Amino acid sequence: MAVVDYNAPQSVQEAVALLSGSDIKTKVMAGGTDLIIQSKSQAVEPLRVVDLKHIAEMMSYSLDDGGLSLGPCMCCAEFTALHDVETLYPGLVEAAYLIGSTQVQGRASIGGNLCNSSPAADTIPALIAIGAKCRIVGAGGERTVAVEDFVTGVGRNCMQSGELLQRILVARPAPGSRDAYLRFIPRTEMDIAVAGAGISVTLDSQGVCTAARVAIGAVAQTALLVASAADALIGTQLDDASVAKAAAAASAAASPITDRRGTIEFRRHIVGVLVKRATLIAKERAQASL
Amino acid sequence: MSEAREFKYIGQSTIRPDGFDKVTGRANYGADLSLPGMIWGKILRSPHAHAMIKRLDTSRAEAFPGVLAVATHSDFPSVTDQAIESGEGSLTLLDLARNVLAKDKVLYHGHAVVAIAAKTSAIAEQALALIDIEYEVLKPVMDVREAMAAGAPILHPDMFTQGLAEKPTTASNVATRLEYKMGDIEAGFKDAEVVVEREFYTPTAHQGYIEPHACTVRYEKDGQSMIWCSTQGHFDVRASTAKLLGLDLGKLKVIASEIGGGFGGKTTVYLEPVALILSRKSGRPVKMIMDRDEVFKATGPGSATRSWVKIGARKDGTITAMQGRLAYEAGAFKGSPVMMGCMTAFTPYAVSNMYIEGFDVVVNKAKVAAYRAPGAPQAEFAVEMLVNELAVKLGRDPIDLRLQNAAKEGTQTIYGPKFKRVGLVECLEAARDSKHYQQALAANQGRGVAAGFWFNVGGQSSVHINMNPDGTGTIVEGSPDIGGSRASMQMMAAEAMGIEPGRLKPIIGDTENVAFSAGTGGSRTTFATGMAVIEAAEDVVAQMKQRAASMWNVTAEQVEWVDGVALNTAGEDRLSLAEICAGADRTGGQISGRGNINARGAGPSFAVHLCDVEVDKETGKVDVVRYTAVQDAGKAIHPKYVEGQYQGGAVQGIGWALNEEYIYGADGLLENAGFLDYRIPVASDLPMIDAIIVEVPNKFHPYGVRGVGESGIIPPLAAVGYAVENAIGVPVTDLPLSPPRVFNLIQGKG
Ligand SMILES: Cc1cc2nc3c(=O)[nH]c(=O)nc-3n(C[C@H](O)[C@H](O)[C@H](O)COP(=O)(O)OP(=O)(O)OC[C@H]3O[C@@H](n4cnc5c(N)ncnc54)[C@H](O)[C@@H]3O)c2cc1C
Repeated sequence: MAVVDYNAPQSVQEAVALLSGSDIKTKVMAGGTDLIIQSKSQAVEPLRVVDLKHIAEMMSYSLDDGGLSLGPCMCCAEFTALHDVETLYPGLVEAAYLIGSTQVQGRASIGGNLCNSSPAADTIPALIAIGAKCRIVGAGGERTVAVEDFVTGVGRNCMQSGELLQRILVARPAPGSRDAYLRFIPRTEMDIAVAGAGISVTLDSQGVCTAARVAIGAVAQTALLVASAADALIGTQLDDASVAKAAAAASAAASPITDRRGTIEFRRHIVGVLVKRATLIAKERAQASL
Repeated sequence: MSEAREFKYIGQSTIRPDGFDKVTGRANYGADLSLPGMIWGKILRSPHAHAMIKRLDTSRAEAFPGVLAVATHSDFPSVTDQAIESGEGSLTLLDLARNVLAKDKVLYHGHAVVAIAAKTSAIAEQALALIDIEYEVLKPVMDVREAMAAGAPILHPDMFTQGLAEKPTTASNVATRLEYKMGDIEAGFKDAEVVVEREFYTPTAHQGYIEPHACTVRYEKDGQSMIWCSTQGHFDVRASTAKLLGLDLGKLKVIASEIGGGFGGKTTVYLEPVALILSRKSGRPVKMIMDRDEVFKATGPGSATRSWVKIGARKDGTITAMQGRLAYEAGAFKGSPVMMGCMTAFTPYAVSNMYIEGFDVVVNKAKVAAYRAPGAPQAEFAVEMLVNELAVKLGRDPIDLRLQNAAKEGTQTIYGPKFKRVGLVECLEAARDSKHYQQALAANQGRGVAAGFWFNVGGQSSVHINMNPDGTGTIVEGSPDIGGSRASMQMMAAEAMGIEPGRLKPIIGDTENVAFSAGTGGSRTTFATGMAVIEAAEDVVAQMKQRAASMWNVTAEQVEWVDGVALNTAGEDRLSLAEICAGADRTGGQISGRGNINARGAGPSFAVHLCDVEVDKETGKVDVVRYTAVQDAGKAIHPKYVEGQYQGGAVQGIGWALNEEYIYGADGLLENAGFLDYRIPVASDLPMIDAIIVEVPNKFHPYGVRGVGESGIIPPLAAVGYAVENAIGVPVTDLPLSPPRVFNLIQGKG
């Protein structure tokens, strides 16, 4: 890469203006842990970079009755240390905590993970599971899109050129509602998910599941929200049989590929195991929150 | 030597002399030297695994602004077919020349074809794209089975199998067939009441050193040249490069930088001769640094192997026969370590009837390089898996069965000598008596035991110790320090001289300021270079005594040397080493000691490892939950670094057993040329590796040292492999035991 033009705007307006003002290929940068590596492999194309880390609102968060409003560029190290967030969204925090290593987490952000839109991104299934939404801003104004609709393909999303992700929004979970995220890798860290599963469940005081969302990653072109898996859970006590049904539904919904990280059969199987295990973790958390 | 010898410094764990530079980032590695006027070299590599170069035209690249030199194979003066020194590996000069820059044919994905030097690395990179090259793609041969099959595509039409009874008339991918035998193998199996046999596979695995290959070179008009590089043996770099370029040794100075790991992979040359050609052509110093991708594609790896082993025993546990057939991938050019595989495979056992044959096979992969105990881990994987199976069949404890059959002093080896004193029995006993071995296994856990043998080598080492007027000194040695050997040299010299280690500074001399020393490989440095250090230190002491004698007007025999002080046995006088140094100008000038040796008597080091794993049966994931490495050090000069060697060997072997492998597509292209998908273990993957140092002294070293660097990588493949077999109850034959493979084994789809 040849960065010919580096910009560090102080406001979102300034950033949006920079995005539409140039003939040179322009890229927004958060932590740069994807961007810098990708641009290294694209040998010599000139690149203009708009670094969002100097915009205060991009780096901050708020948590109130309305829920979580997250600046997408906050680095994972900071995010995973937010105890109030962890209490309510433990699954999202554990997904962020899985990214790379301590060093990588000092830069990598959830917004970057989302906008990079890799099928194996860890926070995407976790975000889908908790019904997170993206607030996108561009010269033409603002719009809000659910995460499951945000990502449209391998490395692709619904943002138009000139737009950027301004905020990640998540409703506050009710008591009895909690999430979990698990991924499978051959090692313990510094790896890419062979499969991932984000789950949120809501239990009533009788322990009956009244709502659930099941999202799976790394087993299709994009992370998938699997309604059939959620349906298998809703109305049950999250007993072994219904959890097994949800797992089977997730395996069936997966459409993985065979590559150096795993075969189709292995990924299908593993994603079911993850759905089962993550559901049981979410269930335990939900019970504890009641 | 006497076993009960008391040491003053040896056996302590002192702070390493190179530690401060390393932790502060001040140490200079292969890529760290820059020179005025320096330019950058880059290499165009083959996008195919096997192809003829039909047309090669570099004129557009040469004309590109900023390009100062282009090199191809035709820039090597006609090289001849002669063997060359390259540490533990083996490569002829012809093959080496064709490996560093391909001639007519590319033989693996990433094979170097053209090198370009330009003012910046970006310009060099751009110019690579301007090289016009046409290939005729050939079918690649990616495995010994394919390579040995009738009708296989032939890599080298001029290669005929050596070692056959009849001289072959057709070319083959089998470079050599060899065999070792002892006793009567058929009689041995007749005598057996229980027989086990199995076929095994081990994948191509890379040494995985963190520092990529790098060098900075300068070719001067007067023919005086310099190479700065990361290497395990700078004298070997000098020899190979000088031969390839037709230079006198005396005109080529090679300086070994600090080295960020080698494990055998830095005992040969890749960049250095190419960079020197670029420098000669451009008249500029040239720097070359490999990317990680290039390191994986074009350097290293250790051989992938297929093996078949059969073992017979009587019901009382006596092993009566061991037979094997090993086929090792050499990569694109002949020279796999299959001979070492054959020599080590059965050597932990005292068995009368043995027969093993080996095949050195070329395939379309990077030429293999030495990798820590080259050839032994793959062979021992097969043997030790089966010895564990044999123990089960005989209803015996696996350590007990090994003790019954263990090689010891006087045991005849298959490769020639009878063992002098060796420590296998002591290692087995230490493993048996360890807390680890007493601990019960939990659900889903399994345990593996495995032994390993490595010869260790001696060879030539040169050292001089220069004393300063204040009684401090410099130890100049010629063995690059990879594992902390400078600390051990310092301690051995201090012990011999009777002074504090900190008063002696150990440094690695370049090829001009210390005499020839063989590279750091074969676990030889602490043994052989250590012996040269002791000899040099004793030389210093002898001179000290003479100087004191001359001051006192007595004979040197009347002077005793105690704890760094000369004592006059004919009177009351005493002079410390510092006082003698301070007065050296009046007794004949400054003092330096010398030790130039060709060390013999390297003592083999046996290792025994214990591994407990826990298998997640739903996913096939294997966790190593407890691991103990026992090994005979002879004498641990610096126990902490000895433990480090045991642990490092264990970790590399665990990685090889669990996840490390080269993954190729059907087209023979390497798909995982990076640390993301070539999975070496990360720290969080492993428990603490417990190290148990056994000390059965090697009587040929003044302090009893045996090399310890390599044996530790031999047992883990089977220790892990058998632990998994034990946990899942299904026979294991192929490595690595990555989750999908283990899952398939559990599902009965192995
Ligand atoms: C060693 C290593 C290990 C890794 N391990 C993991 C892992 O375990 N799991 C995982 O999921 N990922 C992993 N990654 C990938 C990467 O770290 C993550 O995807 C990370 O979250 C990206 O965040 P970032 O802030 O660095 O993004 P950047 O690299 O800055 O940006 C990524 C992409 O998003 C765009 N972008 C960023 N912010 C915005 C915005 N606000 N609006 C519009 N576009 C935006 C950029 O233009 C770019 O295209 C790893 C990377 C490395 C180097």
